Amino acid sequence: MLKQIEGSHAVAEAVALCRPEVISAYPITPQTHIVEDLGSMVKSGEIANCEFLLVESEFGALSACIGSSAAGARSYTATSSQGMLFMMEAVYNASGMGLPIVMTVGNRAIGAPINIWNDWGDSMSARDAGWIQLFVESNQQAVDVHIQAFRLAEQLSLPVMVCMDGFVLTHSYSQVDIPDQKQVDAFLPTFEPRQLLDPASPVSMGAMVGPDAFTEVRYLAHHKQMEALELIPEQAAEFETLFGRDSGGLVKSFDCEGAETVVVTMGSVIGTMKHVLAEMRDEGISIGALTVRSFRPFPKETLRDLLKDAKRVIVFEKCLAVGMGGILAMNLRMALKDFPIRVHSAIGGLGGRPRPITRANLRRMFEKGIRDEMEEPHFHDIHMDIVERELEREQAQRRSGSIAENILQDVGVVAAAKTI
Amino acid sequence: MPQIPESHQKVRFYQTGTLTVGNRLLDAEHRSVQGTMDRSNSLDSGHRACQGCGEALGARFAIDAAMRATKNQLIAANATGCLEVFTTPYPETAWSIPWIHSLFGNAAAVGAGIAAALKAKGRDDVRVIAQGGDGGTTDIGFGCLSGMFDRNDDVLYICYNNEAYMNTGVQRSSATPGGARTATTMPVGKDPGNAFNTGKSVPLVAMAHLIPYVATASVHDLHDLEHKVSKAMGIHGARYIEIFVPCPLGWGSKPSDTVKIARLAVECGLYPLIEAEHGELTGVTKIRQHVPVGEYLKLQRRFAHVLKPGNAHQLEQLQAIADRNIKKFSLIDEKGGQE
Repeated sequence: MLKQIEGSHAVAEAVALCRPEVISAYPITPQTHIVEDLGSMVKSGEIANCEFLLVESEFGALSACIGSSAAGARSYTATSSQGMLFMMEAVYNASGMGLPIVMTVGNRAIGAPINIWNDWGDSMSARDAGWIQLFVESNQQAVDVHIQAFRLAEQLSLPVMVCMDGFVLTHSYSQVDIPDQKQVDAFLPTFEPRQLLDPASPVSMGAMVGPDAFTEVRYLAHHKQMEALELIPEQAAEFETLFGRDSGGLVKSFDCEGAETVVVTMGSVIGTMKHVLAEMRDEGISIGALTVRSFRPFPKETLRDLLKDAKRVIVFEKCLAVGMGGILAMNLRMALKDFPIRVHSAIGGLGGRPRPITRANLRRMFEKGIRDEMEEPHFHDIHMDIVERELEREQAQRRSGSIAENILQDVGVVAAAKTI
Repeated sequence: MPQIPESHQKVRFYQTGTLTVGNRLLDAEHRSVQGTMDRSNSLDSGHRACQGCGEALGARFAIDAAMRATKNQLIAANATGCLEVFTTPYPETAWSIPWIHSLFGNAAAVGAGIAAALKAKGRDDVRVIAQGGDGGTTDIGFGCLSGMFDRNDDVLYICYNNEAYMNTGVQRSSATPGGARTATTMPVGKDPGNAFNTGKSVPLVAMAHLIPYVATASVHDLHDLEHKVSKAMGIHGARYIEIFVPCPLGWGSKPSDTVKIARLAVECGLYPLIEAEHGELTGVTKIRQHVPVGEYLKLQRRFAHVLKPGNAHQLEQLQAIADRNIKKFSLIDEKGGQE
């Protein structure tokens, strides 16, 4: 059914259609609306046979899901930002034990400085945690990918994160086709756990493993993610047949085939980029784009196939490996390592800047990339004058104070100077 | 005035000399679960606990009692710690019940999740225990534990209290008593051992959550311990039992003295055995043979410095704590006659 609906509410409806049995919730912006909606759906009876746990922390939220999933219940939670960090020990534990929990991440920056706006710092902090990480571009895809996530998780016995840009998607209203229960039931079978806490057949789960088996356990975790590289497109194809929509999959091409320059990104920013790239193509510039929908597992072979004929790639990502550079760029360079392709790394959208990412500022960045004039890495829309003022201050005095506070004052000073 | 707990052991026989509460002269139906041939042996032999381990004993007593009370329909979540390590080095396991270890600080939340799953599935016959040592309970697991109490989740949490982080090599926890030597509270300086006026009583904190049932028990009094576990399994909602479990390795005591030391801790007043329901104290186990704290301390090297010349103030402080407990919980009958 078509609905004009908030992203978070759409996700809550999708999760409800998946017949969850245990949902744990802890408030953190911007995922809060999702679990609020689920809470009232459980309370009203709209979601039957489901327990809604109001936990004391994100660590408790995921830990409760570890228990409920091990006891055979389809389990769901959601988080963002600091919440992801607070639950990190349990994040690794859930994947290490192979528990098919689905978690939405309303992507938000990580502090300090504390910042509630969108970037991918939270999901990236867990990129090596053994979870499958699926990034979505729109609220329609958020709905569709959640339904696929439960099936993927349960089939592989691995947890899945569905990563959606905070505010940009979680808080925006758009038209979303919410599937009906029959369709979802036809796609998503009942959860049959691989391992189960059951008095009729007692097992010990989560015991100690020494050097004699740890490598093989880790290898199998990697192997399962490689299996997911096959499974994700299979499920996306089946989903498309049943629901009539292309949703999910490993990557999505936006006229990248044959393009000289290909922009590679993830998440919702492609929504704005599509228009810029169409304009540029209309002007005769050979440029296309692709989005990586599955960041973990990272679809190296698929990316090689799609990018092998490109002259250059501009990676745009909303995250930064401090001391190194772009994370998506690093991963992509690994995939393309023996191809003569220039990979430019652009980092932008950190902590929600700029609001919004505009066609104009994207176009300036792409043009710089096409001229092969990008610094390594390139910081999109950075105010270097403000950075330099702070560096000078640090040079001038030992007790130069809080960087964040200084910069905010400078932003005010600079803005004021501009108006004068 | 708190009442004597209504134990299923109406008559007690004490062994001469050791003062151990005996089993053999009781009618068959009044014997302890441990004293019967059909106990579940949920924590089976062959595990790797140290000789004289109080925690192994406590867990065995508690889980077998819980198994009987639930007709063997039990799932346990275990915090990281000695109990987890010595019972389950894969591919071996000493547990014959469904058992999960997740992390150090989340056993209460994992237990809550299991209970939620069972409720969602309508399995009201299967019950849940979460368990851990004092570090995993009073320190790192405290947030999740308080959350479980707050939500009144249908989980019995059992803390095996040996008063320090034993698995990592005997470091202080918030359950370590004043004066005790640990690897992080060494007996040096003018106030040797652990600082006084620190730490917390989680049984009292649990009571403050107004949960349906809170109790303390000790490995020296099997009947009392089994009674409390059985009673807890007859109640739904969040329940907390703390079991006093001496640790020969961490306390520097003889493995053969574990039960004796546990008894002396209770008899001197340092470890009161209590029961509470919905925040109200409902029962205390009276002290039978009151002893000065020195009798308890002298069997443990962790307190050796307390009994040395120059440290009388520490001995007095410990005696004062025991005396306060005796008064606060009315551990000795006012008539002067001991039970």
